[in-house]
Amino acid sequence: MCGIAGIVTSWGRVTPARVADMIATLDHRGPDDRGLHVEAAVGLASARLSVIDPAGGRQPMANEDGSIRVVFNGEIFNFVELRRELVRHGHRFRTRSDTEVLLRLYEEDGPALTHRLNGQWAFAIWDARAGTLLLSRDRIGVRPLFYTRVRDALLFASEIKALFADPDVCRELEPAGLDNVFTFWTTLPPRTVFKGVSELPPGHTLTWTAGRVAVTPHWQPSFPDAPPQRSEGECAEVLRSLLKDSVRLRLRSDARVGTYLSGGLDSSVIAALTAAGGEPLPTFSITFDDAEFDERVYQREVAQALGTVHHELRCSHADIGQVFPDVIRHAEMPLLRTAPAPLFLLSRFVRDAGYKVVLTGEGADEVLGGYDIFKEAKIRRFWTAFPSSRRRPLLLQRLYPYMRELQRQPAAWLRAFFHVTREDLDSPFFSHLPRWTLTSRLKLFLSDSVRSALTGYDGYAELAARLPAQFDRWDPFCRAQYLEIACLLPGYILSSQGDRVAMAHSVEGRFPFLDPRVVEFASSLSPTVKMKVLEEKHLLKVLARGLVPESVRRRRKQPYRAPEGKALLAAGRGSYVDDLLSSGQLRRDGIFKPAPVERLLAKFRDGRAIGTKDNMALVGIVSTQLLVDQFINNVGKGTHAGPGAGTTQVYRR
Amino acid sequence: MLDLAQELRRFIVDNFLFGEESEAFSFSDEDSLLELAIIDSTGILELVAFLEQRYGIAIADDELAPGNLDSVSRLTTFVQRKLLPAMR
Repeated sequence: MCGIAGIVTSWGRVTPARVADMIATLDHRGPDDRGLHVEAAVGLASARLSVIDPAGGRQPMANEDGSIRVVFNGEIFNFVELRRELVRHGHRFRTRSDTEVLLRLYEEDGPALTHRLNGQWAFAIWDARAGTLLLSRDRIGVRPLFYTRVRDALLFASEIKALFADPDVCRELEPAGLDNVFTFWTTLPPRTVFKGVSELPPGHTLTWTAGRVAVTPHWQPSFPDAPPQRSEGECAEVLRSLLKDSVRLRLRSDARVGTYLSGGLDSSVIAALTAAGGEPLPTFSITFDDAEFDERVYQREVAQALGTVHHELRCSHADIGQVFPDVIRHAEMPLLRTAPAPLFLLSRFVRDAGYKVVLTGEGADEVLGGYDIFKEAKIRRFWTAFPSSRRRPLLLQRLYPYMRELQRQPAAWLRAFFHVTREDLDSPFFSHLPRWTLTSRLKLFLSDSVRSALTGYDGYAELAARLPAQFDRWDPFCRAQYLEIACLLPGYILSSQGDRVAMAHSVEGRFPFLDPRVVEFASSLSPTVKMKVLEEKHLLKVLARGLVPESVRRRRKQPYRAPEGKALLAAGRGSYVDDLLSSGQLRRDGIFKPAPVERLLAKFRDGRAIGTKDNMALVGIVSTQLLVDQFINNVGKGTHAGPGAGTTQVYRR
Repeated sequence: MLDLAQELRRFIVDNFLFGEESEAFSFSDEDSLLELAIIDSTGILELVAFLEQRYGIAIADDELAPGNLDSVSRLTTFVQRKLLPAMR
């Protein structure tokens, strides 16, 4: 795991200092080693976190004659098997690192090498003979990669802050990027929230040849038009063996490996499959002082059942508010939720405990159909077929048992709120309309100048234009899955809640549910196996029988959430929130209107702000202001809070 | 004193739109507050608390229907009807 950066130019030379300045901003991603290679028009740099072959895997790595050079962030989990094949084909290896496998595989396959990789990666390969720079990102988008163009040069890096180290890169917010976040909770790649800065989309390759850039997909999520009917037992058996092998590959590491334990089904299954190895497994969990969000009872139950060495990190409202500026500095995007903050604290706790690698349950909800949004869409579609039904609305109430305020609402309101209309049925975004419509209301806080810059911009149209041609032929359930896998998973879950907050403390996350074999198998299945009537992740529950405690296996889905508005305001008057949201500061930055923001703050201070929308608004505005403050006004106010109150308990089976 | 419809509109604009009434976020007295996502899934509770407190009326569970509460004009009719016995 590492941070990478580099420059290629079609005119003039690249200076070592320019590349060195870029990589210096990524020390947190790779504290173990730093490497630089500059030749005429190309510069490559790496900040390395040594996980596999610490001695041999130094970067940038070159072949014998120096014609091919690679910098690489991530892991190729099937590198052992690939190495064996390459040796059979006559390749000679100098190290036992996965970086060298990448190098040799490029010698063998050229740019088509990605098809053989089972891994999570962002890499750059400079091929001097072809005069080509190849940038590539893994299928799902676990590892980040950004680029920008300055005159004749292309600059790339794992994080945007490295691009900003170059004085020629302009720092300005992109209004359409803000519009995206305040609709979809993330940007639509290649767009970012910064003007001129692009994200290489997940599953894409960029090639640069003599100044010409081409970006092409090497993989896309796909679903069958008519999934074959297979027995539930057979499907569970195949999934179990794929997951076991996925975990086996993801335990390849020369550094110590632990797992996250949320108390839910997904991470419990991963922990159980990992613990099967023998050695007592280290597990890590967040507990909240606020009982509404706390899941320690279930976490401890799983830890006990699996006999793990269980570490708990206690998280308070004040902790979240305190580290939020740091979280934004790493996320490099406005957030509508504070949920990344506890994960930022957890990765620090993991690093301090001496671990560099964690396996987690991310991806199961998207791939195997766990999210409420899938269930909600199913109920709404069903409802539309029988509009006069009085029972249907009760299903929606059952859907969100953990949202206390929602439980108090009459059924008739739910129907109107969940937008059950016939016109919506024709929208490709049917499943996501309630979420996106609600989120879009937050744009009322945007200033007149941002709004006028957005005149004529339509995020829905942009997303619709990028949908795969076969999208309309898929089952509605698969369409909803596609939208989650293509948008929120890489754009928020794996970045703001994943890579960025874990790598902030040099911790590498690995996600067995996102093994390409698991993803492709799950995609091939009939939606009814994934969601049986209204039981989410049905297949995973079948598979988990006997693997995790029954109470956890049968537990209703509880999405991971953290305290929000209250946490940001926990520091009271005079905190950074007050500074950033003062009328004067808002006017100077020009993103939000001061008057509505003042009313929102008053509503929170009076204790009247209880809804999702108010909380998203406050978190979204504070995080955008932090972004402007740290990246544009450049007066970083990163705080460095002391470690939270962590405890460790050894459970014996 | 503001007329009832105006007062209800004022509350909705202040509480759910934070005073923001520009063209892009405007709504008519007939528009559904839920369909336009002016009121979110928990906003109904804020609305009911306001009505009960401001007008001293008690709202029964079976009255919590969009037919009574989902637009400025429906709200106005509903509150007028609730106030009527007291004014007699």
